Amino acid sequence: MLESKIPAGKLEDKWNDYKGHCKLVNPANKRKLEVIVVGTGLAGASAAASLGEMGYKVKAFCFQDSPRRAHSIAAQGGINAAKNYQNDGDSVFRLFYDTIKGGDYRAREGNVHRLAEVSTSIIDQCVAQGVPFAREYGGLLSNRSFGGTQVQRTFYAAGQTGQQLLIGAYQALERQVALGNVTMYARHEMLEVVKVDGKARGIIARDLVGGKLERHFGHAVLLCTGGYGNVFYLSTNAMGSNVTAAWKAHKAGAYFANPCFTQIHPTCIPVSGDHQSKLTLMSESLRNDGRIWVPKKQGDNRKSTDIPEEERDYYLERRYPAFGNLVPRDVASRAAKERCDAGFGVGTSKQAVYLDFAAAIQRYGKGEVSKRNLGNVSAEEITQLGKDVVKEKYGNLFDMYEKITGENPYEVAMRIYPAVHYTMGGLWVDYELMTNVKGLYALGEANFSDHGANRLGASALMQGLADGYFVIPYTLGNYLADEIYAKALETSHPAFEEAEKKVSDRINTLMNIKGKQSVESFHKRLGKIIWDKCGMARNKEGLETAIKEVQALKKEFWSDVRIPGEINSYNPELDKAGRVADFIELGELMCIDALTRNESCGGHFREEYQTEDGEALRDDENFMFVSAWELKGEHQWELHKEELKYEVIKPSARNYK
Amino acid sequence: MQHYNMNLNLKVWRQKNNQTKGEFKLYRVENISSEMSFLEMFDVLNEKLITTGEDPVAFDHDCREGICGMCSMYINGKPHGPWQANTTCQLHMRAFKDGDTIVVEPWRANAFPVIKDLTVDRSAFDRIIQAGGYVSVNTGNAVDGNSLPINKDKADAAFAAAMCIGCGACVAACKNSSAMLFMSAKVSHLALLPQGEPERHSRVINMIAQMDKEGFGACTNTGACEATCPKEISLSNIARLNKEYLGASLVADK
Ligand SMILES: Cc1cc2nc3c(=O)[nH]c(=O)nc-3n(C[C@H](O)[C@H](O)[C@H](O)COP(=O)(O)OP(=O)(O)OC[C@H]3O[C@@H](n4cnc5c(N)ncnc54)[C@H](O)[C@@H]3O)c2cc1C
Ligand code: SF4
Ligand code: FES
Repeated sequence: MLESKIPAGKLEDKWNDYKGHCKLVNPANKRKLEVIVVGTGLAGASAAASLGEMGYKVKAFCFQDSPRRAHSIAAQGGINAAKNYQNDGDSVFRLFYDTIKGGDYRAREGNVHRLAEVSTSIIDQCVAQGVPFAREYGGLLSNRSFGGTQVQRTFYAAGQTGQQLLIGAYQALERQVALGNVTMYARHEMLEVVKVDGKARGIIARDLVGGKLERHFGHAVLLCTGGYGNVFYLSTNAMGSNVTAAWKAHKAGAYFANPCFTQIHPTCIPVSGDHQSKLTLMSESLRNDGRIWVPKKQGDNRKSTDIPEEERDYYLERRYPAFGNLVPRDVASRAAKERCDAGFGVGTSKQAVYLDFAAAIQRYGKGEVSKRNLGNVSAEEITQLGKDVVKEKYGNLFDMYEKITGENPYEVAMRIYPAVHYTMGGLWVDYELMTNVKGLYALGEANFSDHGANRLGASALMQGLADGYFVIPYTLGNYLADEIYAKALETSHPAFEEAEKKVSDRINTLMNIKGKQSVESFHKRLGKIIWDKCGMARNKEGLETAIKEVQALKKEFWSDVRIPGEINSYNPELDKAGRVADFIELGELMCIDALTRNESCGGHFREEYQTEDGEALRDDENFMFVSAWELKGEHQWELHKEELKYEVIKPSARNYK
Repeated sequence: MQHYNMNLNLKVWRQKNNQTKGEFKLYRVENISSEMSFLEMFDVLNEKLITTGEDPVAFDHDCREGICGMCSMYINGKPHGPWQANTTCQLHMRAFKDGDTIVVEPWRANAFPVIKDLTVDRSAFDRIIQAGGYVSVNTGNAVDGNSLPINKDKADAAFAAAMCIGCGACVAACKNSSAMLFMSAKVSHLALLPQGEPERHSRVINMIAQMDKEGFGACTNTGACEATCPKEISLSNIARLNKEYLGASLVADK
């Protein structure tokens, strides 16, 4: 019943064959077909722009005041592509292989190979749009390396890659708005999927400024609504990032896949106190040049600069000599937690490790001296030259660090700690990116498809843009070709009536609780439960407790939350309340999923399943499947398993040593 | 870094919607840590207002790390507050001391009507981009990325202009509410690159026409925009914009 629709044939031919044989919609019919795109981050903006260019009538939605502000804007480090411009042995196969291995053998071969194939076109498209990627002196594109790989395949624009890619997609989108092919609804939130005869036929959205509910028809609905990392309250996600759209789809019948596969990023600025509202990432690209260490002595209170070289433990280089500081994220995060739990953490909270650029500054300084033939220069000058190079590469990240902590990372080592960053889980989709609800699609971080149990750095931007620019334009046509006879429905249709009533009932219920506790306080408590018991390390007992705690929290929320203001007005607290209510339900499912998966893989580390030296212990015999959860009723889900078949790669224990 | 706590008086602009008149209201917040961000201080205020049954202050924000361009508070007479090259969300409370009074207002410009309290409508910026702030290249049209080498200095300059986050602080800082710095950032980004060349003339003419239509004021070169811009977009972009406009006007009568 879970049909992934992976085309038959050899792995490297699947996508080409699909494109050669999928159904097409002729231009005159495209003009009659309406497509709803919810979310205008990288996935949604690229999809909406491309579909508009193709001639579909597109309606796009986002909750920010402009599509240019989607969470994708914050991506720092870069985007992968198998261009092999560096001639260092990269290829489509190697990108495919690295992604499957990085995902700890929990992703589909067919999807991932397609992703690697289209990755090269993404770079071309973005360059053509005027995305100002970093370049070498010869005028050609520059690359750097990211965790979990041994080649340089990451394209970047200083530490603002997501911003530049999103602005490119946003401009393409605005061009379609100007041409009348896309209608943009900013400050709108999708709150329900409308289904007619089992097919997605529209949405109910709320105009966040006036609070009015609106009905929108579409022959297909695309959810490009991002990840659910904010279930943890503290994460590197933007404040507004939420699971609501995906959760409404789940409630309308779409399966939610691998919810417990969440990614904890190793290099974030540590929590400074209870007031903390979000965490800030320090891009993984910093691990190209920064060395991670803790003192060899427990509870060492000296300043980083006062600790001599021989008293430092470069624990990643020690444990993983082959990959060193560039091990994948899950491995690096757990190693940091291990050191801090063992009492070697630094800073006031002792929940931090050092990320040190002193060696890189010296190395680059000396490099400049020889490159520019400077001859005899003083140590200070070398340091200055080195700082200049580091500034060009990572300047904005260093500035960001200084603004938040008040410390100058050119002078003292950065303090970092892991934080929630990305969610591999999401709506279950088939090869065509369609959920199990016909006509309902999920793209970008909102789906589960390509990263298995752990995502490699610089691969989310790649996936979002692959889905939007190069996959959905084909796969959507394959569905819509059979829908050309379906007339646009009047939104007075009973299905819309009913869906709108559901939304307004829920909003009324929320507003009428008139309890004592703020939305924020519930969100914080939820986050703490999930972080403590379903975070970097999980175990059976903790998860069972967490499930009970989340259920109790849900009850308390629905009887004691206080939402100020009115329904028909601009009311951010009400928006947030709806999102937190959905996060609570998701939190329960995450714990159930984590409890069911009796193995450790990627971001999912079950303490009961580890090797003697603390590495994750996968169980391919029993858990080589995607968990797709179907909602059956309150607190009730049914598990559907999609077996993963590896035809080309032979799964082995991940080894970064 | 020495951390400390402080008590503060806030004078905050409250306005129910764009139909009603607004006014300043006074609030007091206590035990604010110097490690908090400015918006976290507002979170504290809002939590307090919610528990006492008052309407919390509405303000725009999302990334809270200086990149989305959503946050927009006019703090003590300066958009984004006292720090250089900084957004509201990146401003931290160590910029203030115990007993300070802080005045907080929305962006004020005719083209940015107030939605509620400190939240304004900046959709005019999107419409300016719609008028021509793009390269007309459909998905699938592109050639290989490295078939178009671009001089590194030019690419870097284009990137420096493309860093604009569309926050609108330049407009809020300008006594004429001019959007020239924002405009010039986009025009420069694309004019500096070969990809932007084919539409160079029509782009600048159409974008300026849209800017005028939106009700932004004229530029009188006071430079308040550059001084307040969180991404340090340079005034030299405005010079380039003027040159582009002049060049385009000369060839425009097709
Ligand atoms: C700090 C940070 C740095 C990162 N750096 C990198 C990197 O260097 N490389 C990399 O590959 N990846 C990186 N990532 C991950 C990557 O940025 C994201 O996974 C990716 O951008 C997600 O894109 P998206 O289009 O799927 O969703 P988003 O960009 O999150 O967009 C979601 C969209 O959906 C809309 N939306 C959501 N819900 C609703 C609703 N109910 N109604 C209407 N609209 C809705 C929002 O308004 C928004 O437009 C980073 C992530 C973070 C947090
Ligand atoms: S030019 Fe500067 S101040 Fe103006 S919108 Fe852009 S980033 Fe903001
Ligand atoms: S909240 Fe994104 S720039 Fe301030």
